[in-house]
Amino acid sequence: MADALVQVQGLTRYFDVSKPWLNRVIEREPKAYLTAVADVSFDIRRGETFALVGESGSGKSTIAKMIVGLLEPSDGRILFDGQPMTGTDGAAMRKLRRRFQMIFQDPFASLNPRWRVGEIIAEPIRTFGLASGAEMRREVGRLLEVVGLGARDAAKFPHEFSGGQRQRIAIARALSSRPEFIVCDEPTSALDVSVQAQILNLMRDLQDEFGLTYLFISHDLSVVRHMANRIGVLYLGRLAEVADGKRLFTEPRHPYSRMLLDAVPDLEMSGRRRKRVEGEIPNPIDPPPGCAFHPRCPLVADRCRREIPQPVARGDGMAACFAVEEGRG
Amino acid sequence: MAEPLLSVRDLVVEFPTRRGTLRALDRVSFDIGEGEVLGMVGESGAGKSITGSAIIGLIDRPGRIAGGEIRLRGERIDTLPEDKLRRIRGKRIGMVFQDPLTSLNPLYTVAQQLIETIRTHLDVSEREARERAVALLDQVGIPAARRRIDDYPHHFSGGMRQRVVIALALAAEPELVIADEPTTALDVSVQAQIIDVLRDICADRGAAVMLITHDMGVIAETADRVAVLYAGRMAEIGPVRDVIKAAEHPYTSGLMGSIPTLAQTADRLTQIPGSMPRLDAIPQGCAFNPRCPRVMPHCRTDQPPLTPRAQGRQVACWLYAPAGAAHG
Amino acid sequence: MGEFIPEDRPNALRRAWDSDLAYSFRTSPVALVSGIVALTIILGAVLAPWVAPHNPFDPATLNLMEGFTPPMEPNAFTGNVFWLGTDNQGRDVFSTILYGARTSLFVGFMAVLFAMVLGITLGLTAGFRGGWVDGLLMRIADVQLTFPSILLALLIFGVARGFIPPALREALAIWVLIVAIGLSDWVQYARVVRGATMVEKNKEYVQAARVIGAHPVKILVRHILPNVMGPVLVIATIGLALAIIAEATLSFLGVGLPPTQPSLGTLIRIGQGFLFSGEWWILAFPAAALLALALSVNLLGDWLRDALNPRLR
Ligand SMILES: Nc1ncnc2c1ncn2[C@@H]1O[C@H](COP(=O)(O)OP(=O)(O)OP(=O)(O)O)[C@@H](O)[C@H]1O
Ligand SMILES: Nc1ncnc2c1ncn2[C@@H]1O[C@H](COP(=O)(O)OP(=O)(O)O)[C@@H](O)[C@H]1O
Ligand code: SF4
Ligand code: SF4
Ligand SMILES: [Mg+2]
Ligand SMILES: [Mg+2]
Repeated sequence: MADALVQVQGLTRYFDVSKPWLNRVIEREPKAYLTAVADVSFDIRRGETFALVGESGSGKSTIAKMIVGLLEPSDGRILFDGQPMTGTDGAAMRKLRRRFQMIFQDPFASLNPRWRVGEIIAEPIRTFGLASGAEMRREVGRLLEVVGLGARDAAKFPHEFSGGQRQRIAIARALSSRPEFIVCDEPTSALDVSVQAQILNLMRDLQDEFGLTYLFISHDLSVVRHMANRIGVLYLGRLAEVADGKRLFTEPRHPYSRMLLDAVPDLEMSGRRRKRVEGEIPNPIDPPPGCAFHPRCPLVADRCRREIPQPVARGDGMAACFAVEEGRG
Repeated sequence: MAEPLLSVRDLVVEFPTRRGTLRALDRVSFDIGEGEVLGMVGESGAGKSITGSAIIGLIDRPGRIAGGEIRLRGERIDTLPEDKLRRIRGKRIGMVFQDPLTSLNPLYTVAQQLIETIRTHLDVSEREARERAVALLDQVGIPAARRRIDDYPHHFSGGMRQRVVIALALAAEPELVIADEPTTALDVSVQAQIIDVLRDICADRGAAVMLITHDMGVIAETADRVAVLYAGRMAEIGPVRDVIKAAEHPYTSGLMGSIPTLAQTADRLTQIPGSMPRLDAIPQGCAFNPRCPRVMPHCRTDQPPLTPRAQGRQVACWLYAPAGAAHG
Repeated sequence: MGEFIPEDRPNALRRAWDSDLAYSFRTSPVALVSGIVALTIILGAVLAPWVAPHNPFDPATLNLMEGFTPPMEPNAFTGNVFWLGTDNQGRDVFSTILYGARTSLFVGFMAVLFAMVLGITLGLTAGFRGGWVDGLLMRIADVQLTFPSILLALLIFGVARGFIPPALREALAIWVLIVAIGLSDWVQYARVVRGATMVEKNKEYVQAARVIGAHPVKILVRHILPNVMGPVLVIATIGLALAIIAEATLSFLGVGLPPTQPSLGTLIRIGQGFLFSGEWWILAFPAAALLALALSVNLLGDWLRDALNPRLR
C-alpha cells in the first residue's frame, strides 16, 4: 500500500494467565495462555479514520496498546511511516513517539488528579523539548482554545471539569506534541450522547484542520459508521472483516458482521424484525476450534469446525470466512 | 382513564450537604399503567436512578423524599414504615440493576437464591418453589435450566447472570419491575437478547416495567411510553414513537439529533452546546435555558410547568405553555 | 513545575479552611477533642525548655529535700507547691513529663519517618516493577509480619548494640531505638503503597505518560507517588501512636533510653518502683500523659482514615 502511515502485519499477543507457580505444581496444571490478538494485519492510510469494532474482549485495546508501544507484541510487527516500531530504540524511537498519541476511554482516569490542567497538557511539550517558559504557556493556552476551552482553564484541576470537558483536555494534551496519528480507544464510551456528539464533531474538525490520521476504536457501530472511512471487525482476537465504511452497513460479508448489525437497537423504529442473536462470546482462554464464531454462526459447515478461515481479499477489504470464500454467504 | 398501577406526583428528593441542599428531583410526575413499559431516559446525573430508588424507598441517607407522593394502585407507599415497604419490594415491585454481579450473592447457588425469594413472598412448598425456579430460568432463556440451577453465579457469563437477575426479580410475580440500566454492562449482541427477554417475559406475565437507561435505541425497541429527565426535572413524556420521531421539547430534539444512527448520512451531528448543570448550579427558570436554541426572556426567570399536549403527551417548555402558568 | 498556578487564587489559609477535610475536622467532636489534646501535648513538649517550671536535668535547681512532694501540697521544708508533685530526687513531675514527652515524640516522629521512607521506597519499587522483585520484597514482608513488631524491635536493638562500642552506646541509644522501631514497622507502608501503586500504574494517566516515553522514575515520583500518599498519611498517624507506645515499652523494659535521657516510658519505669510505697503520682501522671498522647493521635488517625476514604480524590 503506497500511502499507508501505519502497517500492522501478523500482529499477535498472548497473555500468560497461569495460576501462580506453586498452585500449578500442586494441581498439576500446565501453563495457560490467552490469545488476545491473533495474526491481525491491516493498513491505516494517511489522513483516514480506520475503525476497529468488536465486543468486549475482542482485542481492540490490546491492539491499540501494541501500536503505541504500551505492550510488546508476541509476534508480528508494526511499521510507522515505513519504520519498524519494535527494535527501534533511543533517539530514533523518541522521534517516532512524538508523531503519535493516544486518547483513552475514561476521562476521569486519564488525567492525573493532582496535576493542574496546564501541566497535563504541557507534559508532552516538555518531554519532547518543543517549547518552554512563556512560549510553552502560550501554546497550552492556544491548545485549550482549539478544543473549545479557555486559556485560563490551565490553572484548574481536572476535578473542576465535567466528563466532556475532561475529554477535551485529553485531546488538547494529545495534540500538544503535534502528532500525525492518534489512537483513540473508545474516546466517547464514557460520555453522554449529547456530549459525545460534541467530541465526535470536534475530532472531525481537528482531523480536517491538522490532517490527522485516526485509529478509532469503539464497540458502538453507529458511532463507527459516523466516523470511519474503513472498518475492521474483530471477533475473539481475529479480524473477521475489513470493509469500506459505508459498505459494511449496506452489504456486510462476514456472518458475525451481520449479527452485530442486527443487534443494534433500531432507533428509526422501522419495525424491522431482526434475527434473534444466538449465544455469547466464548471464553478466550479456551476458544472453539476452527472458526471461533462457528458455535453461533447460521452458515456453519463442517470445515468451519476444523480449519481457521484465512483472510480473502474482497473489493477494497477482506473477509475471513469459508462461506464468503465459497460464495455461500 | 382507569387508575394507573403506579402514580408519582410532584416527587421531590433532596440531599442536604454542607454547602446547601441539593434538589436531585424537582416535582417529577408520571404514571405507569397496568402492563405498560415506561422508558426513563436522561444523561448521567439526570435523576433516573434516584427516581427508581425513591419508588422502592431506598434513597441513600442523608437523602430524603422532601415532597410529593407515590401511589401503588392508589395506596401511598412513600410514607410506609420500613417493614411494610420491605414487603412491597421484591413482592410487588421487582428490581433489576446494572451490574448483575452485585445483585447476586456469590456464596449461594442460583437455586438457593431463587427458592428463598419465592418462598419469602409466596406460600409454596420447597419442591414447588424449585419447580417454579426451573420454569423461570427456562423462560429467561437459560439453556438446560434444570441442570444449571444448582450452579453458583460465577459459573455463568455476564449475560446469563443478568438473565438470572431478571428471573429473581420476577420470582415473586411482581406487578412492576424497575430495571435500572439492565443492559449497560453488556455487549450489544447480548444486550439485544436481554431486551427481548425482558420485554417478552413481562408481557407474558402482565408485569409493568420502568426501564431506566441512557440509550434511546433500547427505549425505542422496548418501551410503550418514554419520559425524558433533565437536571432532575421532567422535560417531556409521551408515546415512544411520537417523542422519538417528533420531539417537542428543545432538549429532546437536540438529544435525538446528537445520536449517530446506522442510517445517518449527515457529516456532522447536531450538537447541544455545554453540558447538563450540576445539581448545585441549576439555573433559574427553565433548567435547560443556557443551552436552549429557542430560549425566550421569561425562560430565564420562570420554571415551565408540565403541560398536556395531544396524544397524552406532556412537555415542560414555555413554547407550549400558556404564559403566566409558572410552576409553583 | 508551578508554571500554571493562577495569580489571583484565594489565600492558602482561606482555601485550607474551606476544604472538605477541614470541614470534617471541625464538625467531628472526636477529632476536635483529640486534636486539641494532641496539639497541647506536642506544643508543651516542643516548648518544654520555655514552658516547664523547672529544668529537671539541671542538678543546680534540684533540691533533695523536695523529694516525694505530693501533688498540689506545699513541700514540708521549702513550702513550694508542685502541681503534679515531685519524684524521689525532688524533680518536678510536670516538668519531667514535658521533657519526657519531648523525647518520646522525637523518637516517634523519627521512627515513623524512617519506616515511611523505607516502606514507600520499597512499596513503590515492588508495585511498579512487579515480578521477582515484588515477590522477594513481599515474602520478606510476610516473614517479618509473623513476628510481633515489639519483639523484632527488641531483637534489632539488641543486635545493633552489640556492634556499637560501649563508649558510644549511651549517645547513640536514641538513634538505635529509632532505627529499631522504624525497621519493625516499614512493612505496613510498603504493603499499602505497593497495592496503591499497582492500581495507579494501570490507570490511564500513567499509560498516557508512558506513551510519550516518560522516564519510569519520573512516572513513579511525579505521577504515582502523589496519588498514593493519602493512605500513607493515615498509617503514619496511627503509626506515630504505635511508635510512641513501642518506645515506651522498650524503655519500660529497660532496653530503651537511659535515665539520663528519660522518655515517658523511662519515667513510668522509674515511677512503678514507688507505686507500692504510696507515691502513686510518680507513676500515674506520666502514664496518663502517655495514654492521652497515644490515644489522641490514634483517634486522629482513625478520623483521617474515615475522612479520606469515601472520596480519595
Ligand atoms: N494484561 C492482561 N493479562 C491477561 N489477559 C489480558 C490482559 N489484557 C487483556 N487481556 C485479555 O485479552 C483479551 C482482549 O482484551 P482487550 O482489552 O484488548 O479487549 P477490548 O476489545 O479492548 O475489550 P473492551 O471492549 O472490554 O475494552 C480479553 O480476553 C482480555 O481479558
Ligand atoms: N447519595 C447521594 N448524595 C448526594 N447526591 C446524590 C446521591 N446519590 C445521587 N446523587 C445525585 O443525584 C443526581 C441524580 O443521580 P442519579 O439518579 O443516580 O442519576 P442517573 O440519572 O445517572 O441515574 C446526581 O446529580 C447525583 O450526583
Ligand atoms: S468460517 Fe464458517 S463458522 Fe466461521 S463465520 Fe464463516 S461460515 Fe461461519
Ligand atoms: S422553556 Fe424556554 S429555555 Fe426551556 S426548553 Fe423551552 S424554550 Fe428552551
Ligand atoms: Mg478496551
Ligand atoms: Mg444511574
